[in-house]
Amino acid sequence: MDFVTRGFRGRRRETDEGGRVPPGQYVTDDFPVLSAGPTPHTPPADWSFSVVAESGEALARWSWDEFRALPSETLTVDIHCVTKWSKLDTTWEGVPVDTLLADLDAEAGYVTAFCDGGYTTNLPLEDVTGGRAWVAFAYDGEPLEPEHGGPARLLVPHLYFWKSAKWVRGLRLMDEDAPGFWEELGYHLYGDPWREQRYWGD
Amino acid sequence: MAGAAVLGRLAWRLGEVVELVPETPRVATIVLAVPDWPGHRAGQHVDVRLTAADGYQAQRSYSIASAPEDDRVALTVERLEDGEVSPFLTDELRPGDRFELRGPIGGYFVWEPGDGPLALVAGGSGIVPLMAMLRHRETAGSLEAATLLYSARSLEEVVYREELERLVGSDGGPEVVYTLTRSRPPGWTGYGRRIDRGLLAEVLADADPAGTAFVCGPTRFVEVAAEALVSLGREPARVKTERFGPTGG
Amino acid sequence: MDETDLRLDGNALAGPLGEIFAWEMTTAVGTCAGCGAVGELARLVVYERGPGAVARCPACGAVVLRVVRTEGRVWLDARGARSLELRTDR
Repeated sequence: MDFVTRGFRGRRRETDEGGRVPPGQYVTDDFPVLSAGPTPHTPPADWSFSVVAESGEALARWSWDEFRALPSETLTVDIHCVTKWSKLDTTWEGVPVDTLLADLDAEAGYVTAFCDGGYTTNLPLEDVTGGRAWVAFAYDGEPLEPEHGGPARLLVPHLYFWKSAKWVRGLRLMDEDAPGFWEELGYHLYGDPWREQRYWGD
Repeated sequence: MAGAAVLGRLAWRLGEVVELVPETPRVATIVLAVPDWPGHRAGQHVDVRLTAADGYQAQRSYSIASAPEDDRVALTVERLEDGEVSPFLTDELRPGDRFELRGPIGGYFVWEPGDGPLALVAGGSGIVPLMAMLRHRETAGSLEAATLLYSARSLEEVVYREELERLVGSDGGPEVVYTLTRSRPPGWTGYGRRIDRGLLAEVLADADPAGTAFVCGPTRFVEVAAEALVSLGREPARVKTERFGPTGG
Repeated sequence: MDETDLRLDGNALAGPLGEIFAWEMTTAVGTCAGCGAVGELARLVVYERGPGAVARCPACGAVVLRVVRTEGRVWLDARGARSLELRTDR
């Protein structure tokens, strides 16, 4: 049984955010750094972004310069981490995933994002298309710092933030949903913060 | 080495604050009465869990400072400026307050009398589990040699300074060497630089390399010190480390 | 923040593993399934600021153990350990 400690409330902002904060979340002004391994420092010359078929066949590939030459968008969104912090009005610049998948005959139902350091996460294709996901390379007007996923991270703000994979290097098109790094160890396959889909069975 | 201990399932218990001891401007010791405390070994830690009225929880790990012979559990906590838990523990708690803890936890970073000579290397609040070892050594009347090299920013930030001086002056007491990395009092003749291989070589020149070295502090400090100790000829298996993270405070 | 501060060691696993095992596990000796390195779990490199704790081999960086606490469940992935050896009383 949990016991309430007198006077403890934690470091949380006490504001009514007008329904912008999903259930069970707490607003923070910090940008906590979460990590499952050492921070990769991939220089732009060695960086590329790939879209690959489930078989591993490369369907498209961009070098850093080619990627940065793609049209990008600036957006301001709220982000929600499954460890219960939410951060409002974060500003990013990135290339829409729609752009990266545009010329592909994608019949896949799902994608698995893969990353430097070996991290993976799975998403339905329809959740990374339709203007709902980006490969972000700037945060708050500055190049994305390595500790926050730079040079580039996936940004899927409508799902819990573990889906917004740091140090992303590509998307693998999948016929079936295959759990990623955290999804295979108890975290929800989809991860909708508004339905509080944190864990299996939620 | 003894076999691993059978613990039973780790459960949360409610501890009651019986005393708060300011140690330095940023560090305080919280003395707790914990019903059914099973006892601990020097070097072990506890998990602390605080729950707010709305159910929000925060959990952190803290080393136990008290000797196993002490029937109360003392945690020494450094106040991290941007922290969520440590400022509450150091500034807000009052005697009679209660919070949850579970433990004792850990079996690697521990020392028992009979385990051999001690070389202790502390960075900042990394002194805490090492102090438990020195207190245990004294209370148990161990005659095994002990040397503590303690890196602190300034003399004011040395935790347990009076007690350490008393231990040094006691019969069979440990050798204690400070290095003060930011500011030094006028006339300071001791070390004044960050720990490196040369400093460890000098301070531990007479220490028995067959003993166990315990290194505790921030990650970078621990890694520098542990690597230096191995390069000075200590067996890697006899250099035990515990890293303090940014715990989120 | 200095990113090296995110790197802890296997001592930080003592609590999470204590929820699962009746034995103190950080003194257990693990063999990395990736490179074969052998050592106490306390010597693993641990990242615990995230959805779960990830313990990596200090020699090769491969994931050796992962522990996740969800509501009412504890998950352990030990695929990265070829074996875990625990010294017991006889």
